Amino acid sequence: MLQGFFQIALTLIILAVIAPVFGKYMARVFLKKSTLFNRAINPIERFIFAVAGVRYKDNMTGRQYIQAILISNLVMGVFVFSLLMLQGLLPLNPTILNAPSWDLALHTAISFVTNTNQQHYSGETTYSYASQMLALCFLMFTSAATGLAVGIAFIRGLTGRLLGNFYVDLTLSITRILLPISFCGALLLLLAGVPETLASPAIVTTLEGTTQTIARGPVAHFEIIKQLGENGGGFFGINSAHPFENPNTFTNLLATITMLSIPMSLIFTYGIFANNTKQAWLLFWMVFSIFIVLVGITAVAEYQGNLFVNNTIFGGEQPNLEGKEVRFGWAQTALWAVSTTATMCGAVNGMHDSLMPTGGFSTLFNMFLQIIWGGQGTGTAYLFIYSILTVFITGLMVGRTPEFLGRKIEKKEIVLASLVLLVHPIFVLIPSAIALSFPDTLAGISNPGFHGLSQVVYEYTSASANNGSGFEGLGDATLWWNLSTSISLLGGRYIPIIALLLLADSMAHKQPVPETAGTLRTDTLLFTSVTAGVILILGVLTFFPVLALGPIAEGFQLLRN
Amino acid sequence: MFIVRDIIKAIRITFVLWLLTAVIYPLIMIVIGQVFFPFQANGSIVQNLEGQNVGSALIGQVFTSDRYFHSRPSAVNYSSFTQQERDPENIGQRTGVSGASNFAPSNPDLLARINETAAQLEERGILPTADLIYASGSGLDPHITVEAAFNQLEQVAKARNLSPDEITPLIAKHTQGRFLWIFGEPGVNVLNLNRELDVLQAPLE
Amino acid sequence: MDSTTSSPISPRRRPTGPREGRKHTPKVSRKGLYQRAIRDAFTKLNLRQMVKNPVMFLVWVGTIITALLTIDPALFGTVPGENLRVFNGLITIILFLTVLFANFAEAVAEGRGKAQADALRSTKSDTLARKLLNDGSIQEVSSTTLRRGDRVQVIAGDLIPADGEVIAGVASVDESAITGESAPVLKEPGSDVASSVTGGTRIISDELTIQITADPGKGFIDRMISLVEGAERSKTPNEIALTVLLAVLTLVFLLVIATLPFLANYVQSPVSVAILIALLVALIPTTIGGLLSAIGIAGMDRVAQFNVIATSGRAVEACGDVNTLVLDKTGTITLGNRLAEEFIPVKEHSEDDVAKVAFAASIFDQTPEGKSIVRLANKLGSALEFDWSKAEAVDFSAKTRMSGTNLPHGVEVRKGAVEAIKGFVRSRNGQIPTDLDAAYERVSRLGGTPLAVALNGDIYGVIYLKDIIKPGIKERFDQLRRMGVRTIMLTGDNQITAAVIAQEAGVDDFIAEATPEDKIAVIQREQAAGKLVAMTGDGTNDAPALAQANVGVAMNSGTQAAKEAANMVDLDSDPTKLIDIVAIGKQLLITRGALTTFSIANDIAKYFAIIPVIFTAAGIERLNIMNLASTQSAVLSALIYNALIIPALIPLALTGVKFRPLNANQLLQRNILLYGLGGVVAPFVAIKVIDVVIAAVGLG
Repeated sequence: MLQGFFQIALTLIILAVIAPVFGKYMARVFLKKSTLFNRAINPIERFIFAVAGVRYKDNMTGRQYIQAILISNLVMGVFVFSLLMLQGLLPLNPTILNAPSWDLALHTAISFVTNTNQQHYSGETTYSYASQMLALCFLMFTSAATGLAVGIAFIRGLTGRLLGNFYVDLTLSITRILLPISFCGALLLLLAGVPETLASPAIVTTLEGTTQTIARGPVAHFEIIKQLGENGGGFFGINSAHPFENPNTFTNLLATITMLSIPMSLIFTYGIFANNTKQAWLLFWMVFSIFIVLVGITAVAEYQGNLFVNNTIFGGEQPNLEGKEVRFGWAQTALWAVSTTATMCGAVNGMHDSLMPTGGFSTLFNMFLQIIWGGQGTGTAYLFIYSILTVFITGLMVGRTPEFLGRKIEKKEIVLASLVLLVHPIFVLIPSAIALSFPDTLAGISNPGFHGLSQVVYEYTSASANNGSGFEGLGDATLWWNLSTSISLLGGRYIPIIALLLLADSMAHKQPVPETAGTLRTDTLLFTSVTAGVILILGVLTFFPVLALGPIAEGFQLLRN
Repeated sequence: MFIVRDIIKAIRITFVLWLLTAVIYPLIMIVIGQVFFPFQANGSIVQNLEGQNVGSALIGQVFTSDRYFHSRPSAVNYSSFTQQERDPENIGQRTGVSGASNFAPSNPDLLARINETAAQLEERGILPTADLIYASGSGLDPHITVEAAFNQLEQVAKARNLSPDEITPLIAKHTQGRFLWIFGEPGVNVLNLNRELDVLQAPLE
Repeated sequence: MDSTTSSPISPRRRPTGPREGRKHTPKVSRKGLYQRAIRDAFTKLNLRQMVKNPVMFLVWVGTIITALLTIDPALFGTVPGENLRVFNGLITIILFLTVLFANFAEAVAEGRGKAQADALRSTKSDTLARKLLNDGSIQEVSSTTLRRGDRVQVIAGDLIPADGEVIAGVASVDESAITGESAPVLKEPGSDVASSVTGGTRIISDELTIQITADPGKGFIDRMISLVEGAERSKTPNEIALTVLLAVLTLVFLLVIATLPFLANYVQSPVSVAILIALLVALIPTTIGGLLSAIGIAGMDRVAQFNVIATSGRAVEACGDVNTLVLDKTGTITLGNRLAEEFIPVKEHSEDDVAKVAFAASIFDQTPEGKSIVRLANKLGSALEFDWSKAEAVDFSAKTRMSGTNLPHGVEVRKGAVEAIKGFVRSRNGQIPTDLDAAYERVSRLGGTPLAVALNGDIYGVIYLKDIIKPGIKERFDQLRRMGVRTIMLTGDNQITAAVIAQEAGVDDFIAEATPEDKIAVIQREQAAGKLVAMTGDGTNDAPALAQANVGVAMNSGTQAAKEAANMVDLDSDPTKLIDIVAIGKQLLITRGALTTFSIANDIAKYFAIIPVIFTAAGIERLNIMNLASTQSAVLSALIYNALIIPALIPLALTGVKFRPLNANQLLQRNILLYGLGGVVAPFVAIKVIDVVIAAVGLG
């Protein structure tokens, strides 16, 4: 058990070392300062801007930024939807797959354009190499870059800068962050055994004479951006548990680190924009602490295993390895499960449906809060939404009307910030209630009892939080699921983005109030702890009943057996 | 009309970014893979003594014979099928599949399946370990734990008329350790181990 | 100012000083107040009024539904359980009380203002006014017909019919109706301060001609009435933002509760509608929702109790945010009257010579300064050496900046600003003594005001007028600094004097030789840096600065223009009060924040009380960490706590959380422990206690 926790701790230490450096690099990129690769990248960017007709120096208002995001995402979504529907006619289709149903293609396009990558399909049997490479992989870059751009624009506004230009931010995110890292990462993966081929599946005769079909494809380049961009949509149905996506413990470490790196580092990017590294560290440790607790309880539960199986089969404690790979074991799977739901990546290296109830609790809790690192760009922004709410609620207690970074929090900001609080209840609880009212016709639940409730809630939470992982036993490849989760995907993505950017715009145009002894400093341990308290209380208040009837009830049920 | 201009701009940026991320980038990677690392890039396909492809070094297989070490339970039968099971309508047989049971710990079906597996192991006289009882995540897990390998050692040795001491070094040889001796869990690659056993006992030509 | 140097600024403590012995503004009977509040609590149940407060409105709707469920428990389908009617009835009663308590809180807060308004209204009777017509004749008209610009004549014994400016006559006026100050005030035309009169006050001697400055219903008293009554009370920006947040939280909980039965049904653990409503009410922020408007009204009221009329809640709120106080030196930092401390001779003159000339120059001077010069001269043995009935006074004017006496035989004695006297002497072909500047500087360095004295063309010396810094003022500025408020002193004194006084009084910055334009410039400069500025003023030339400042407090003794430009009027005309008003503003915000935090923190305990017991079928009774007796007792306990906490907190809402002049971090730490952590823990204890009682009574 100690060995397991040691490797978890070491992974996190590596990340804590990388994050400030990487965060600083991203700040340089978006502050348009020169970086190491300027010479190589500048001509590429110039070419992109020239073709796209983007003027590098144009700044956008909040409204223009939002409009640019919505229109470009719509164009990309329609483009990808068309590619998917034309799959049967396009080349690079060695397994001769037909076009998917329109609702599945729609769900897939929406799911990938929203950086969610919720998959109601199995990659091997549904999408051709062309669809994966030309359609889905493309959205993995642009949706991640869109998220990053939103995060950066939000940070700019919060720190009193103009929001910037969406197309420039989108491009810089790809050319200077996502693509270079993907390139190096893909090489490493390739070296470690991840396939990168256009050849059709290998059909072999096994040692015992049966026929084995070994799915393969251009995986390596797809795999790395899946992790780095918090996308999470696997090339293969079983995602990062598949030996071709994640063949060994090295690739697993690499994938875990790339998955967590951007959301962790963005906090430091903020620190540099705000010229307040202290606050960045405090926020980092705050999130880190919550994260570690969730990893801890999840890992312990997996290590202790299923009480009932332990009693009847082993007569002693054995880890719960259902849905887990031997090479990852309980520790790396628990760490991954919590990380992937914390960062809204959604890739899995073990089945969440088969996690112990504590794991179900942690993964759901992560997606409810959306700030324990949180999604690409948006997670960091949510963190500040909670900071703003904390300032508003507790800040009054210092006898001044609330201000964050010297800017007054007024009605407009509260309306926009609290809109974010409303998204989950609307797009998770309401559709869950509907689906659970028709368990036989709509829900497609595969596990009975409390866990069944968790399956449904998890699916909508994953959609609304733009995570993409699932309690995959759920029979979700139906018209109902495709359409209803599409609504949650869109609502959970674009409503907060609109609110965030309007909020940033409004903050950017406020006259900052100079700091005095009477100003509530937000870069203190006290305030950071209070923020953590507010986050937990608001989160718990909204989702306690669901958690109580889902994983908590299941946990007690297992204890009773 | 601003909206038209914005749409055109969006189309242009979509096109150029698509070219970069979905065409140029993958093509470079495919070329590098095929030229410099063809073995890995094509799925680490391994051959038997006769040079026929028998599987991938990274993907597990079903083993039912006593002469082989057995793999973990799989929800998708390791993406393999017998001659009788061949079914042209089944896309999965053409494309390959992966998958897990997705049973919740509280699901009675899980317990039923576990009891069945446990009974089979008991029948073969093998002590149950967690990896042999629980189904894998991918359904293609190439590994079993070292403990599970040793639990099967006696039966395999007996079936092959070898002494366990002859097989033990092979288990060690095919155990993939932790990365940097720290990360992940050690696992014995069942296919490689079984292939080596076949090599060991190959009829001399 | 009493010498409470180490005690915190407490807005509830009345500053002493100029207002000592003043009788208090309309007294309000406590008993009458509560009776009225209870009556009002019921009238506020009107749906149209309730809808303004979304949180309490929802409780009210819930009450109506549970009332229906009491009549027919199976209204929304049959529910298992015993004594449902009794249980639902109890829920209905508790919910009803919750609404009533919230209304009561608001009514109590409003009540004080209303009582004050009634007292004011009684002074406002329809009187007959003598209107001066253009042809000079007088027409008797009703005071309500008077318009801006009309002229009226008032004579001793009359009520002044409307607000106006004195244009002729000198008279004393009893203004106790609005200020509570019983001593009559002298009114005369032309002077900035003494020329404005207020409708409803009474002239007690002589007669005045007044030009009306306010249309009917728009006078000062009318404004005061509507302000203290809160009839025109509009929510402050912060209150609106908070209401939005509370409404969103309420909506979130509404969604949580509305979807809960579907989830619960799926896991075969159904809950009844009555319990869902109970859970909803327990979760939505009823505590702060019920007390929010009371806190705001009470804040305004506290300012009013302090004899300051705020024109809006926004102004009171802004006080809490003030970064910079712009203060006039005289009257605020120093006592209004400077006292002669020393005569400093120049050239060959002796101290006695200076004393003699100064004495002669001050015999007609009735200002405190002049009197103190006479006193000092007498002490030094000077005596009158001429027939003062034949002497002639030369009054001070802003233009000459000196005063004095013309003695018989063409002898002129003068005292005044050093520069002015120099000019005077030069005009009489006199010499400027070489050591004059040294004497002038010496006095300045001591923080005093130097006055030169001259006889004809000869400067005798300098009078050292000592400024007396108000006791305790330095400590108050220290406290302000700790709260993050900077003070800027404005004075007409020269640079050196100003620097010395600034140092002694402990202000952060000062502007010497300040003109009214400087005042505006300072305010604008500070505002450009994003600061909120508060200032006091009384003169007409202060009006632009008062309007420019974020918080402008006009002295009631000041001109109509100043009062209209300001957003607060201090009835006692005590500029020091600005400091207390800042504390009241902060206290208001702290109270609002503390109760919001408390209210939200409370929810955790309520969840742990209710959720485990209503989902026993789901097997989560182990979460019942409070070990509550039964489902019904748990639900009732949480609800009873939820209802009782409102009246329990009414006193706090009305008096405000005690404010200490600490920095923001210390304040947050203190209050978060008290109201945040306290808010988490307190209900666990309270609900458990109530549950024990209910179980003992056998209600559960």
